[in-house]
Amino acid sequence: MKRSELIARVLILAGSLLAVGVPIYLWSQTPLVHAQMSEDGGWSPDVIKADVGEPLHLKLTSDDVVHGFAVGQMDMESLTVAPGKVTEITLTFDKPGIYTFYCTRWCGVNHWRMRGAIEVSGSSAQPDVVSVPLYVSLNLDIDAPHEALVLPEAPSSPMRGQELAKTLDLAAINNTDFYRSNSPYQAYVQLSSTSLTDIQKWDVVSSIWQSNTTPEQLANGEQLYRQNCAACHGENGAGDGAFADDIAAAGDASMESMTGAMESMMQTPADFTDPKRMVGASPAILQGKILRGGMGTGMPMWGSIFTEEQIWDLVAYLYSFQFEYEN
Amino acid sequence: MLMSRVELTRSRWIKSLLINRYPQLAVFIMMLVGYIFAILAGLIGTPVGSHNFSIVFVWIAWWAILILIAVPFFGRGWCAVCPIPLPGEWLQRGAVLAPPDKKPKWLNLRVPKMFRNIWLQNISFLLLALFSSVLLTTPNITGIVLAAMLFAAIGLSTVFERRAFCRYLCPVGGFIGLYSQTSPIELRIKDKQTCAACKDKPCYHGSAAGYGCPWDVFPGGLTKNTYCGLCMECIRTCPYDNIAVNMRPFSADLAKPSTRMDEAFKAFIMLGSAMIYAGVLLGPWGILKDAAYNVGTGAWFIYALVFLTIIFGILPGFFLLSLLNKTNAAPFKQRFTSLSTALIPLGLMFWVAFSLSFVLTNASYIFAALSDPLGLGWNVFGTANIAWQPMLISVLAPAQTLALVGGLIWSARTAQKAAHEVRVSSLPVIVYCFVTTSIMLWLLL
Repeated sequence: MKRSELIARVLILAGSLLAVGVPIYLWSQTPLVHAQMSEDGGWSPDVIKADVGEPLHLKLTSDDVVHGFAVGQMDMESLTVAPGKVTEITLTFDKPGIYTFYCTRWCGVNHWRMRGAIEVSGSSAQPDVVSVPLYVSLNLDIDAPHEALVLPEAPSSPMRGQELAKTLDLAAINNTDFYRSNSPYQAYVQLSSTSLTDIQKWDVVSSIWQSNTTPEQLANGEQLYRQNCAACHGENGAGDGAFADDIAAAGDASMESMTGAMESMMQTPADFTDPKRMVGASPAILQGKILRGGMGTGMPMWGSIFTEEQIWDLVAYLYSFQFEYEN
Repeated sequence: MLMSRVELTRSRWIKSLLINRYPQLAVFIMMLVGYIFAILAGLIGTPVGSHNFSIVFVWIAWWAILILIAVPFFGRGWCAVCPIPLPGEWLQRGAVLAPPDKKPKWLNLRVPKMFRNIWLQNISFLLLALFSSVLLTTPNITGIVLAAMLFAAIGLSTVFERRAFCRYLCPVGGFIGLYSQTSPIELRIKDKQTCAACKDKPCYHGSAAGYGCPWDVFPGGLTKNTYCGLCMECIRTCPYDNIAVNMRPFSADLAKPSTRMDEAFKAFIMLGSAMIYAGVLLGPWGILKDAAYNVGTGAWFIYALVFLTIIFGILPGFFLLSLLNKTNAAPFKQRFTSLSTALIPLGLMFWVAFSLSFVLTNASYIFAALSDPLGLGWNVFGTANIAWQPMLISVLAPAQTLALVGGLIWSARTAQKAAHEVRVSSLPVIVYCFVTTSIMLWLLL
C-alpha cells in the first residue's frame, strides 16, 4: 500500500473515532439534572445524594419548556432552567436530612408534582427538634368541613374595628395563640357577650386579625401566593386560576359516580373570597391544609417546601381576601 | 459548441484542483467527521432541537446552503462532497485515494432494472416528508435517520456496484438531480468523435488512474446534469482529456426535456410538498401543525392522505387538464413529461422562497449550536449565549416575492419552449404555474 493511502486511512479512522469518542466522553463527564414536565418524567435524576458541609455542584438543563429550580426550606433565589441550556448552582447543607427540590416555574397542570429529593448524609452538631404542627396538637380535623354558622353581611373594616376595640378588653382573644388556634367565626362568638352589632363584631374580629399580621408578612405572603398558588387559586383568590379549568376537567370525569357532584366540586381550587369557608377556618387549619395538602383534591403538600414562617405569612395573606387590611 | 459556454477546466489551477485527490479527500474527511458528529449530537445531545447541533446544522445550516446556493448554482455540487456514500465506497474500492493494485471482491451486483429509476427516491423523500414535523425538530430521530442512511449506503455498496444508494435511494438526491438541470455548471465531453473512437471507455469502467463512474453514467453520453454527481473520476481516467467542466446559462438542460414519468412525478412531489409545508409549517393553522406532528394519530393519517392526494392526485390532475388539446400534438406521455419540466424551475423557486423563511428566522440558532453543540453547557467559540433573533426580516418578503415571480417567469419560458417541441399551446401550463405561484405567495406572505 502506498504511503499516502496509509496516511489517508489513518486520518479517516482517527477523525471518525474522535468524532464518536470525544462527544461521548465529554457527555459522560457532564452529569446533568434534566428537568422535564411531570407528565414526561419530571426531574431526572430525582434523588441526589450529598454530604453535610460538602458543596454540591449541580448542572441543570430542561428537556422541554422553561422550568425553575429551588430547594425547599432553604434561603435561595430560584434558578431558571432553560431548554437546551445549562444552569449551574452550588449548594451546601449544614444539616443532614432529606431536602425537597422543586420546579418554580409554572410548566403545566402537574407542575407541583415536579419534585425531587436531595439526601444529605452526615452528622450535624445539634439534632433538630421537630414539633408537631399546630392542627395536630389541637386535634383539628383538616379534612372536615369548616363552615361558619354566621357570616358577615358586609365587608368588615379593620379600621372601624380598631376604634371599637379600644373600648373593649380583648386580652383573652387578641393574642397570637388565640389567633392561630381559632377561626374568625370563633372570635366572633367570643364577642357575643358584648353589646356590639353584628357588623361591629365582625369589624372587631377583622381588626384582631389585622393586629396579628404585619405588613412584611403580607408582602411575603403575597409573593409566595403569586409564585406558588395563584396559578390554581387565581390572582384574586377566587379559585379561578389559569389551571383551574384543567383541574376541574379532571374532576368532571368523576361526575359518573354516585357522588359525582360532590367529587367534582372538590376538584376546583378553593375560593378564598368565599366567606363561608374562610371565616370558619382557623390559621391552624389553613396551615395544616398547606402543609399536608390532599383533602381529596389536587392540592399539593407544601410541608417540605415552605418554612413554618412562610406558611404563617401565606395564611395571613389568605385572610386579606376577606378582610380589607390597610396597606 | 451550442450556446455560450465557458470551459472552467481550461484553467490549469481549476483543473488540477478538481483532479487532485488530496483536496477532495480533505473535504471528504471534514464532511464525514461533521456528519458523524451530527449523528452523535442527535443521539446523546439535548432533546431540545433548537440547541442541538444535529437539528441546527442539518435542517437549518446545511439545508440553507443546499437549497439556496449548492443546487441553484452548482447543481449536484453537494453530491460531490456528500459523506454518506464514502465509507461504503472506500470499502468497495479497497482504497481511499487512487485505485489499488488488488481490487477487493465484493458482489458488485447491478441494480435490478425494475429499480433503475427514481421511484424509490420519490418514495424515500415522501417518507421523510410525511414525518418531517417530527424529524426536523427531534434530535434523536434526526440522529437515527442520518445513521440509517449511512448504514444503508454502506450496505448497498457491499452488494451492488457503484453508488447504488446515491443513484437510486437517497431522498435528497432525487430532487438535487432534478433541479440540477437548472444549474449553470455542467460536466460534459468536449468532442463526440474522440469518445466514439475510444475502445476501453475507462471513464465508465475505470483504470489505474481512477474509478469508473460511480453514478453509473456513461460520460460520453451525458447531455443533462441529472445523474452526474460531479465526482471528477471521469476527468481523471479519460486518456484523451476529453471531459470538461463548463459554466453555461441557467437551465440549459431544460431545452431538452426529459420524457420520464418518474422525473415528472418528482416535480409534482417537490411542488406539492413546498406548498404543503408553507401552509402547515409556516401558516397560522395550529390544527394542521398538530396533525402533522402527532404521528400515528387519526389526524395524522388524514394529513398523510391529504398530502398524498395533493401530490399524486390534485396537482397532476389539474396539470393533465392543461394538456388535453390533442390536435396534431405529440403522444400524451411525451406531452405530460416534457411540459412538466416547466415545474422544475418553479419548484426550485418555491423551495427557495419557503426555505428563506425558516432559515432567516432560525439562523441565529447556529451561533449557540456552534459553541454548545450538545447542550452540555460548553462555550467553545464564546457564542453559546447569543439569543435567538430572526434575521433580515425586512428583506424576507421582497426576497420571497422576487423568487416566486422570478420562478414563474422562468417556468413560463420553459413551458413555452417545451410546448413548442410537443406542439401544444403553452398557455394552460402557464396558467397552472400562475395559479400555483399565487397560492404559494398567499401562503408565504
